[in-house]
Amino acid sequence: MKRLLAPVSETDRLALRVGEEILISGILYTGRDQAHRLLVEMIQKHQQPPIPFAGQIIYYVGPTPAKPHQPIGACGPTSGYRMDPFSLVLMEKGLKIMIGKGERSDAFKTELMRQQAVYLIGIGGIGALMAKTVKKASLIAFPELESEAIFKLEVEDFPAIVAYDAAGGDIFKR
Amino acid sequence: MKYIEKNKVIGAVREMVLDSAVNLEKTVCDYLKAAFRTETEPLAKNVLDQIIENQDLARKEQIPLCQDTGIAVCFAEVGNQLHFDYDLEAAINEGVRQGYKEGYLRKSIVGHPLIRINTLDNTPAIFHLKLIAGDELRLHFAPKGGGSENMSRLAMLTPGDGKEGVKRFVRETIVLGGGKPCPPLIVGVGIGGNFEKCALLAKEAIFRPLGDEAENPEDLALERELFQEINALGVGPMGLGGKTTCLAVKVNSFACHIASLPVAVNLQCHSARKAHAVLRGEDR
Repeated sequence: MKRLLAPVSETDRLALRVGEEILISGILYTGRDQAHRLLVEMIQKHQQPPIPFAGQIIYYVGPTPAKPHQPIGACGPTSGYRMDPFSLVLMEKGLKIMIGKGERSDAFKTELMRQQAVYLIGIGGIGALMAKTVKKASLIAFPELESEAIFKLEVEDFPAIVAYDAAGGDIFKR
Repeated sequence: MKYIEKNKVIGAVREMVLDSAVNLEKTVCDYLKAAFRTETEPLAKNVLDQIIENQDLARKEQIPLCQDTGIAVCFAEVGNQLHFDYDLEAAINEGVRQGYKEGYLRKSIVGHPLIRINTLDNTPAIFHLKLIAGDELRLHFAPKGGGSENMSRLAMLTPGDGKEGVKRFVRETIVLGGGKPCPPLIVGVGIGGNFEKCALLAKEAIFRPLGDEAENPEDLALERELFQEINALGVGPMGLGGKTTCLAVKVNSFACHIASLPVAVNLQCHSARKAHAVLRGEDR
């Protein structure tokens, strides 16, 4: 299976092809509905966002709380479509890779292609298996959001599938 | 008059919360394994394989099956010989509170849909009360995920739309949902009643045992036809294509107005977590 190091170089990103199953090692930043709303608010107010976007991956997840001596609880992906309007802004600011599950809007896909960005998916509902790939989780921003806060995850062999590639490939098109 | 101590109700709910989050019912596992055997698309087979492996790991290491440990839905069937000198709904909420804390489960409830501040204990639960004969309190619990709930739909069709209209609406719901509700699904269909009754019928349908069939021959025919038609859509596990879009279709019906044909489709993801408890009333 193809391996991907995160942060991700432009060459590696552009080489990703729809349908490829990949294993990611390195850094993922978590973020879902409320974190996206706050990130976009900060950008609109010209404030510095708490995470870098260039080369980074945002993973749409709200994990269960970590039990003692474990880095994280169950941590599978949540649906991507709810992030669509916010992703347009984040892609404009340099975000090129997102991991979620399920189909996205046409507006999102159009901007994704324009930015030569990539949308990856995980398998929904295998949160226990996914937990095993996370070696460390550190809180980065918005602790008041609880499971929706932004965490920096250090992952090893995190499984994902290329759903939309930079060339316009779409795994959901049948 | 029979009584059930408040602590017994709290404890039973707490146990259902803890159990359902990590142990997928055997019937659901069997259906997933059967789907794995019959599925022919390689990617779909791989997805089903990982879903099956995930439930093994969750059970063995007591890790939640899914990070979305749901909104707590509890049906309480209350025997008419029972007397409660406390608030039953409050006791159920206390069980939910304790279970979600103890099990390190995700608290996914916000207090107001627009203000969106987390209640931090996953309460309040969605509570449905039904009276039955006897001295038992039967509790049915599901941690219902947001992804599949978001893709559920309701329509007020007209009598002229008939069976074909109902089937079209159900198929359309499955296609619109695509990979987002986490197929393979259990599809709960409510037909008849009125606006709110119809939604409740669909919810009750996904609580039915996976292996049962509708008693009404019309509903049974609908279940069988929809099962074939949904799996012919090619949506597949996680929307990635394949034969396995639903594991079962459950149709519940009720009488309705001469002007109406309400239909509701409540989707249950493959992590179909349920738990049940029966408490018997005692003399005091």
